[in-house]
Amino acid sequence: MNRFDYLRPASVAEAISAGRKPGSAYLAAGTNLLDLMKGGVARPALLIDITRLPGLDGIEVLPNGGMRVGALVRNSDLAYHPVFSKRHPAVAEALLSGASAQLRNAATVAGNLLQRTRCAYFYDTASACNKREPGAGCDARDGENHLHAVLGWSPECIATHPSDFCVPLVALDASVEIEGPTGSRVVPLDSFHRLPGSEPQLETVLSPGELVVALHLPASAAGYAAHSRYLKVRERTSYAFAVVSAAASLRLEGGVVSEARLALGGVALKPWRARAAEQVLAGRACDEAAFAEAAEVALADAKPSGDNAFKIELARRILVRALGLAAAGTPDRMPALPGSVFAQPEGLALHA
Amino acid sequence: MNSTLSFTLNGMRREVAIDDPRITLLDLLRERLDLTGTKKGCDRGQCGACTVLLNGRRVNACLTLALSCDDAEVLTIEGLSEGDHLHPVQAAFIEHDGFQCGFCTPGQIMSAVGLIQEGQAGDDPERVREGMSGNLCRCGAYAGITAAVLEAQAQLHRQTQGEAA
Ligand SMILES: Cc1cc2nc3c(=O)[nH]c(=O)nc-3n(C[C@H](O)[C@H](O)[C@H](O)COP(=O)(O)OP(=O)(O)OC[C@H]3O[C@@H](n4cnc5c(N)ncnc54)[C@H](O)[C@@H]3O)c2cc1C
Ligand code: SF4
Ligand code: FES
Ligand code: FES
Repeated sequence: MNRFDYLRPASVAEAISAGRKPGSAYLAAGTNLLDLMKGGVARPALLIDITRLPGLDGIEVLPNGGMRVGALVRNSDLAYHPVFSKRHPAVAEALLSGASAQLRNAATVAGNLLQRTRCAYFYDTASACNKREPGAGCDARDGENHLHAVLGWSPECIATHPSDFCVPLVALDASVEIEGPTGSRVVPLDSFHRLPGSEPQLETVLSPGELVVALHLPASAAGYAAHSRYLKVRERTSYAFAVVSAAASLRLEGGVVSEARLALGGVALKPWRARAAEQVLAGRACDEAAFAEAAEVALADAKPSGDNAFKIELARRILVRALGLAAAGTPDRMPALPGSVFAQPEGLALHA
Repeated sequence: MNSTLSFTLNGMRREVAIDDPRITLLDLLRERLDLTGTKKGCDRGQCGACTVLLNGRRVNACLTLALSCDDAEVLTIEGLSEGDHLHPVQAAFIEHDGFQCGFCTPGQIMSAVGLIQEGQAGDDPERVREGMSGNLCRCGAYAGITAAVLEAQAQLHRQTQGEAA
């Protein structure tokens, strides 16, 4: 780890004015940033510890019926929040399917949105990586890439965004409230992360000094609470990133889908909203044929970026299963294994 | 840069001079304060051996910057027993063979204390296993660990009910 200066600002304004300087980085819980610093992948000259900033840890229902969640709210506190988890059960399920209890107790809302890719070549400073060092090349192209992107990738970068949380959020039209040197703005989560294109080093729309202060969910998002699920395939039962995941939220009227919200995780460098597939479902009866057609449309543009053609079919199947679970209804109690494809009916155990 | 970190460690107020901002809570405990009960397995958040309670919540000390713990309360395995009287979770780990080599054990025990306080698992072994998935055990003592957590939890509940009655 490189040496750095440490600053604990007392106000958002102070944080932002320090954050504008080249080489500075905001430190939330540090569960991603410290990991990257230990590996020499991130080498900030100044760490700005934002964890004590006042006013960024609230969870509130706004007068317009939407919800506002402060950037410093811890992942576990949001997942177990009585109002939030009832209104947005798929978001709670996605949170609880991620990382471990210890990490979720520490990790913040903004840190989760802004976590970096898990591409092994990005993490290994001896490998070529365009994201770490623009123009260096991409060792993942001819490397171990079975977990890499199948949508929205470019020849310059085939990495994926690893967050579970972001997948149902993007499906439900969440947006990100940002404060910066020139004022504040709100950006839809769907346009917050960038696809790699020819500049994979640019990961989000944040400019220097800009600080995420809150996350917003519109009032309409709560309309899906009765039929919302998150489903995630992992290489082991728990404590692992998604190979592929899907968030499905439905509004049903008499067995017919009036509106659907769908997104995929683990397939692209951003949480992947499947709008065309949502359109397929609108007005359709809730059956396997409609789900399969939607999944076909959701993955229509998918292309393997390496040894990962299997992820396309896997994503289709996970989306169909997530839709089936959502149609069956949000369980009253969070499943014992949140988001798990191995989840058993309540009361039965996967392990003897 | 020289900073002073003041925090409460196992119930005692501590002031520690930090000459290097890079130090993690885990290294502070092990290398500077000689509390080596908290283990370093991976140092990257992947194993749970370094689990401590920070302000009453279980976290990975290896991914916690020491300086960010200013004013915090930290509880480590060394602060769990009352003198020679083991904490119920410690006693249950012995009773149920919740370990073999013991390397992961301090982290498992602190994680179990956190899990019981969180109160989300209830008496469902599946939920306990899922809630403990942040603690790997290379010896595979998982069956004993789950049994120990369930028993300690039941005992702690009996104790609090007894106190309330
Ligand atoms: C072993 C392991 C397993 C994991 N498994 C999963 C998983 O299965 N699913 C999953 O989704 N995640 C997983 N994670 C990732 C975890 O969710 C993230 O590390 C965590 O959410 C980051 O939050 P943080 O508060 O610690 O952020 P930090 O590490 O403090 O920050 C992360 C980044 O965000 C920036 N940042 C933080 N806050 C702000 C802000 N307010 N404004 C602007 N920039 C900001 C920082 O500068 C930094 O670049 C795992 C992590 C580990 C270590
Ligand atoms: S896929 Fe992207 S992050 Fe991974 S090595 Fe290539 S450029 Fe770097
Ligand atoms: S040493 Fe901290 S999680 Fe492994
Ligand atoms: S007892 Fe040996 S690692 Fe768990």
